[in-house]
Amino acid sequence: MDRRIAEERFFKGLMYVSLFIVLGCLISVFAIVIIKGIPSLNISMVTETPHGGYYLGGGGGILNAIVGSLYLAAGAVILATIISIPTAWYLQNFPRSSRFASSTRILLDIAAGIPSLIYGAFVFLIMVFLQTEASLFWGIITVALFLVPLLTRAVDEVMQTVPKKLMDASYALGATKLETVFHVVTKQALPGILTAVLVAFGRGIGDAASVLFTAGYTDAIPVSITDPVATLPLAIFFQLSTPFPEVQERAYASGIILLVIVLITCVGSRYLSKKFTKYCVK
Amino acid sequence: MNETEISIKNFSLYIENRQILKNISVDIPKNQITAIIGPSGCGKTTLLRSINRMVDLYTPVLAEGEIIINGKNVLDPDINLSLLRKNVGMIAQAPNPLPLSIYDNVVYGLRIHGIHERSALDTRAEQCLQSVGLWSEVHDRLKDPASQLSLGQQQRLCLARALAVEPEILLCDETTSALDPISARHIENELICLKNDYTIVFVTHILRQAKRLADYVVFLYLGELVEHGPAHEVFTNPQDPRTKAYLEGVFG
Amino acid sequence: MTRYSRDRVISSVLFVPAVFSSILLFVMVIVLFWKSEAILSTKPLVDLLLSSSWRPVAGNFGYLPFIMGTIWVTALAMILAIPISLLSAIYLSEYAPPRIRDTIQPVIDLLSGIPSVIFGLFGILLIIPLIKNSVAPLLGINSSGYCILAGGLVLAIMVFPILISLSFEVFQTVPREMREAALGLGATNWEAVKHVVLKKTYPGVIAVIILGFSRAFGETMAVLMVVGNVARVPSSVFDPAYPLPALIANNYGEMMSIPLYDSALMFAALLLLAIVVIFNLMAQYVLMILRKVE
Repeated sequence: MDRRIAEERFFKGLMYVSLFIVLGCLISVFAIVIIKGIPSLNISMVTETPHGGYYLGGGGGILNAIVGSLYLAAGAVILATIISIPTAWYLQNFPRSSRFASSTRILLDIAAGIPSLIYGAFVFLIMVFLQTEASLFWGIITVALFLVPLLTRAVDEVMQTVPKKLMDASYALGATKLETVFHVVTKQALPGILTAVLVAFGRGIGDAASVLFTAGYTDAIPVSITDPVATLPLAIFFQLSTPFPEVQERAYASGIILLVIVLITCVGSRYLSKKFTKYCVK
Repeated sequence: MNETEISIKNFSLYIENRQILKNISVDIPKNQITAIIGPSGCGKTTLLRSINRMVDLYTPVLAEGEIIINGKNVLDPDINLSLLRKNVGMIAQAPNPLPLSIYDNVVYGLRIHGIHERSALDTRAEQCLQSVGLWSEVHDRLKDPASQLSLGQQQRLCLARALAVEPEILLCDETTSALDPISARHIENELICLKNDYTIVFVTHILRQAKRLADYVVFLYLGELVEHGPAHEVFTNPQDPRTKAYLEGVFG
Repeated sequence: MTRYSRDRVISSVLFVPAVFSSILLFVMVIVLFWKSEAILSTKPLVDLLLSSSWRPVAGNFGYLPFIMGTIWVTALAMILAIPISLLSAIYLSEYAPPRIRDTIQPVIDLLSGIPSVIFGLFGILLIIPLIKNSVAPLLGINSSGYCILAGGLVLAIMVFPILISLSFEVFQTVPREMREAALGLGATNWEAVKHVVLKKTYPGVIAVIILGFSRAFGETMAVLMVVGNVARVPSSVFDPAYPLPALIANNYGEMMSIPLYDSALMFAALLLLAIVVIFNLMAQYVLMILRKVE
């Protein structure tokens, strides 16, 4: 009897320790970046582009990277959504167990697991083949490509949770399959779809490895889609790679800016998905 | 008068600030079948799950009053839940075999309570499967997964599993409602045989079943205990107008 | 045009993006393979994989240091992350009161949304100094801090969210009634976990672990920032390592200027892709068996 209670307590204790480690890591990630970054965080970081000699300790900020990341992630998410939602719609046309639908889902799951770096390498090869330069355009293509499988599967999963009785109600009124998918399934799934899109946006903002090859890097804010573009994660990486402590400290401050953007996306997605549940049937 | 097995005194239960059970006092007699009846949502299952303290598994609850078994209040936060549930067996609404073989299902309770001796387990398994009439059907495939049995067989297996740890009380939560009529009768007959050795508390919303089985009846309505007493008295001469209405099928 | 024939027309239009997204994977494999052919034709595959000499200028391309680097970092990370994540998921699924569960879950979602570069920063700011100034001296080792241990620790933290949220979902598939069968016989909560939940879900848990591995293999930036990047086969966790993703990310700049170098890096990408796809297929296979059993 005692042994059983001791075993219960022992494992419960281990669980508390584990959870404490997980939450502790999260808190220390935030804490250390904020503590180290706050001293060099100032208004010109977010309002100015790098001045001459920025990477040697000169003045300026990283507005180029902030705007660049937003352009890139927004463009990529829009492109990925245009491909993902029709694909998810198409998949809803098949019964869950159908061979076509399940093998497509497996392919998409595998594609979603491929490191973004590989997508970068792939697009880079296409660029070499076409003999073009790194630019915002190719950056958007790369990020969109690695977001498509993620977003498609996320949207597809949300659509699959729509209760059958809702669809039956629509069919019973004489609606066709696609009419049901467009009007009933998509409406019911809307909050989930919005969350998925915003999560994808967060992924796009945060990813550095894929655009390393394809987006180039510049101190200017891009004015055309064929200009090269800086991104926030790469700005952090490059500032960190300089030997100057004051530039490295700016990397920490840039880390805070990136964290804030990701937090806003995260909170925003929760808020939006709550707001759009108005018409959803529980 | 009969001996009392479970004594419920001024028992109230709140889940998320909503009162589910209102000041219930009733003595459940030993070695009889007590049927808890009432329309759906009246708190039957909640009352049943309070007796073996399964009610607070998922959501925190607030309980007042006492449920006394063998001189101990089961609502006491310090009670040994493991021993309580060994003494108070439960058979669920739908069969819930464990993901184990037929044999391992029956002896699961014995094993967790520290009996590992092979011959003891074998004897007890055979006894219990015999007493639910399952032995002849499964004795040659005890190693098969329990999930391969038919629903009716699974429910009898669950009954055997509950009996194996030698409880004094059996709680049945609409135990036959997921079964076909023949399997349901099977279980009912076994419960009637078992009442000499066990105190059985049976929740049901089927009046005819309650009439077939019950020696003692507890009628709940909207969380309130309306009427309780020996089955023939309650069924033939209900005192409360609500009981009368229910027995006449007004609430359905 | 009737509504049903309109349905068919739209359906065939939707077919285009569906096909596009499903053949993407194949196109990538073909393109990378086509580009890797140059390096593959220089030496037999086994020689490339098992040689540890990496001198691009001399035309020596041996992948062993990178393969071993990847394996060391990933294995260390998973050894650290699996028990912690599974125990956390069991707590959230089987023990936590609803209120605590509902507070912790968004926090874990948030952890999964933090960009990889931030974890790299965290590694440089906290873990590297910790190893350099405390852990290594304690063991009498001289280390810059940039080593497999640092990479493994950072990577472990990064795979926590995916391991926790996926295994939580797997545990939640066990019906309540099945737990109650054990609890109702007097089993303790841990016994119900051990005998029912884990017993019922272990194929799912294995699939989750395999998926965790494949995620960890591909993680690039954070590991690259802390792992040291020295092309030598490591022999202890305090050695620096050079995992495959870091190799690709670090050298793309000069790959066009040295003969065969571009092909060599694309072969590294193909190798990484193959590992990740194989692990994903394994996970899918385990899940398929799980579904069949049910």
